Amino acid sequence: MIRFTVNGRKRSFSGHPFKRLIDVLREDLGLTGTKEGCGEGECGACTVLVDGQPMTSCIIPICQMAGRRIETVESLSGAQKLSSLQQSFVKHAGAQCGFCTPGILMTASTSKAKKPEAIRQALAGHLCRCTGYQPIVDSVAAAKKTRRSKP
Amino acid sequence: MVKVGESALRTDAPEKLTGAAKYIDDRKYPGCLFGATLRTSIAYGRIQKISFDKAFPWKECAVARAADIPGENFVTLIEHDQPLLTEDRVMHPMQPILLVAHKQRHMAYEALKHIRVEYEEQEPVLTIEQSLAKKQVLYGPDNVFKQYLIEKGDLNKGFDQADFVIQGEYRVPHQEQAYIENNGMAAWVKKDGTIMVEGSLQCPYYVHKAMVKIFARPAHKIRIAQAVTGGAFGGKEDYPSIIAAHAALLALKSGKPVKIIYDRHEDMAATTKRHPAIVRHKTGVTKAGKLVAQDIEILMDGGAFTTLSQVVLSRGTLHSTGTYECPNVRVHSRVVATNTPPNGAFRGFGAPQTIFAAELQIEKVAKTIGMDALALRRANIWKPGSITATGQRLQESVGASQCLDICVKNSEYAKKQRQYSRWNSRKANPTWRGIGLALCHHGAGFTGSGEVMLASRAAVSLTKDGWVKILAASTDMGQGANTVFTQIVSHALGLPAELIRVETPDTGLVPNSGPTVASRTTMIIGRILENAAGQLKDDLVKVAGKVPGTRAALKRAADTLCGDEPHRHYETEYQKPADVSWDDKLYRGEAYGVFSYAAIAVDLEIDKLTYEVKLRKVTTAQDIGKAINPCLAKGQIMGGTAQALGYALLEYADFRGGWMRNSQFTNYLIPSFVDTPPMEVILVEQPYSRGPHGAKGLGEMPMDLPAPAVVAALQNAAGVWFDAIPVLPEHICAAFIKTEKLG
Repeated sequence: MIRFTVNGRKRSFSGHPFKRLIDVLREDLGLTGTKEGCGEGECGACTVLVDGQPMTSCIIPICQMAGRRIETVESLSGAQKLSSLQQSFVKHAGAQCGFCTPGILMTASTSKAKKPEAIRQALAGHLCRCTGYQPIVDSVAAAKKTRRSKP
Repeated sequence: MVKVGESALRTDAPEKLTGAAKYIDDRKYPGCLFGATLRTSIAYGRIQKISFDKAFPWKECAVARAADIPGENFVTLIEHDQPLLTEDRVMHPMQPILLVAHKQRHMAYEALKHIRVEYEEQEPVLTIEQSLAKKQVLYGPDNVFKQYLIEKGDLNKGFDQADFVIQGEYRVPHQEQAYIENNGMAAWVKKDGTIMVEGSLQCPYYVHKAMVKIFARPAHKIRIAQAVTGGAFGGKEDYPSIIAAHAALLALKSGKPVKIIYDRHEDMAATTKRHPAIVRHKTGVTKAGKLVAQDIEILMDGGAFTTLSQVVLSRGTLHSTGTYECPNVRVHSRVVATNTPPNGAFRGFGAPQTIFAAELQIEKVAKTIGMDALALRRANIWKPGSITATGQRLQESVGASQCLDICVKNSEYAKKQRQYSRWNSRKANPTWRGIGLALCHHGAGFTGSGEVMLASRAAVSLTKDGWVKILAASTDMGQGANTVFTQIVSHALGLPAELIRVETPDTGLVPNSGPTVASRTTMIIGRILENAAGQLKDDLVKVAGKVPGTRAALKRAADTLCGDEPHRHYETEYQKPADVSWDDKLYRGEAYGVFSYAAIAVDLEIDKLTYEVKLRKVTTAQDIGKAINPCLAKGQIMGGTAQALGYALLEYADFRGGWMRNSQFTNYLIPSFVDTPPMEVILVEQPYSRGPHGAKGLGEMPMDLPAPAVVAALQNAAGVWFDAIPVLPEHICAAFIKTEKLG
């Protein structure tokens, strides 16, 4: 039995220890917000936070998650209200097809980068094919600004 | 109410940002099996024997083969040559042979390893040259799927008038659409025998048309619905018909719902790509820089089956002259068969290939005759009254010059050229810098008589419970169609957007609006919806005195208008403009109702040590008639531009033996956050009288421009010339070795 927390809730898993974290999240826990784009840790779509660090859940076996704190896109907003980062993505059209978006939100939520060039570096592990990236950079930059002005 | 011209927020944003949006693999179907596809491992030959490993628990699986297909074993699109499942003839690697379903995903894939296929192999045809030389005859008498000829004026007379005759040959490769969500479909059979399909797709009625034939069922016994779709770019135009039919065949065989979701490798290796092409130009020009003759030959690699190749070739042919007027033109184009997976639709649909050649040829002509390339463009650019190669006289909404002028000004083209010339003359600087231009047009909507043949329909519906619904088969795959439709209808009715819903594109619920392709959704379907909304508005005013502003008031009006029905549809059809005519045989007339236009300046530098190219900035001005939603329009332009920058500098599908060997994101590189430069996008609005509020097509055009501008900028930076893409650092190095100009 492997025990860990997901979005603050205690969870356990007793299936194959090499089942991928993404499959446990999506199939066993019903958290389908985390997406699979490439299955080899290249595109970043499946990014979740493990003990606060962004990691690609498609290349992590669940047995390595014992005692870890996992957060997925479902943790970002309250029941009714989007987070300031999510609101900024709405305002600046940072999501088009939306498939890369959950992973990008997870990394962006931990990033301290404020300037466009630094935001690009911080998010360099994510691929997006729709936006040309600038709307995402604008969304993250604007969210960081809002957060600064409203402590 | 949201108005046209406002940057209304995307209607689907909240669900996409919270992870609540249900893409196909997020949907649960009780008792669902998981399907996997056994595929050919040779390029050309015959299947001799298929044997199943007796030790494997086949009882746990459903297996479907060609013999299980109730109707025709063909995927209907234009021609009938692509089988749904291979019976014996192998035409390309990764061709589907049979299907296996199991309740566990990994077991379905495991099962494939326990099937052995023996082949009789033949020498495959792998290149355009081999196909033209008839190494093997794969299609018809000569391997040519389709050819077109356009003639204008007198070519020989044109070359006689020319002071210079310049020849060029240009090559462009495969390109993978690389949507982040791979292809996927789910299918199940209802008790009454109706086959239900949901999935990631662009064109529900294409899937429907193919399935009717494959399953030999009446149209109403097959229903296709779109799930939230994670990008498509043309890559989910025709291949989803195959996956849908595969899933449905397994569902029929097993009696259970079946899901087929491709992984990245399967998606890249098996599904369609942009057509590789060779384009040859012979151009006659006077000393003053007037084009007097254009002789253009286009060759495209269609892959093993016809699929959409003839339409792709048509668009490529019609864009091949560039945005320039020339009195004497001949364009001859052919698309040929090879033993590679069929190529298909990808944003731009043939135009990026031929515009790459046209724009580089302009650069080459300018260099040869000693004229500035910008001045050469201005001397020949399309203006109102210009006549194209097909004899189309440009009447209205011709923003080519305006785009070029704005782009030159905002990019500081002339100033940058001077600055970079000084920068490049200093040996100690670590880079060479350059700036390059490109110009293009892009026909909006279907080619020639295509829109008339499609006769698209769409509706606005008033429901008894007080909603206005938009009914169209057009899909939102990320581009924002649902938001734009909502805006057009909200504006037309003067009704709050909150009271408007967009129905799921489901062939059981919406009329056939044609495919979501060809930059046609806003311009064609948007206009049909605007007309439908106008009819609803008239009725609302009749019964309520004005358009109701609340749901309660709308409900009261609906009580009168719907009578005993649950809703009242206001459905309208595409109206052919009276003065648009097209001759499909001679390829003459109005090739498109209207063209959109764009210009771009790419500013870059080459590292002298690594030959890596860093894009510094992109400036682009695009005439799209009217931006219904400026923010979303710019998002489309930036996204398309990034894809085209990848086409120019990164994306290389390594085909060997008919296979894509690098079918992964690890080694098929698409632009990342750090490869993509900041972009300045200027929307130019020269209204088109027949588009909704003046809007023209927009989705594909951004893909046409960047590649030739990148190559022009590389030349401006370092004096090296390329006539093929992608330009990788090793190509730059090789070019320097050739010219002995090593950094």
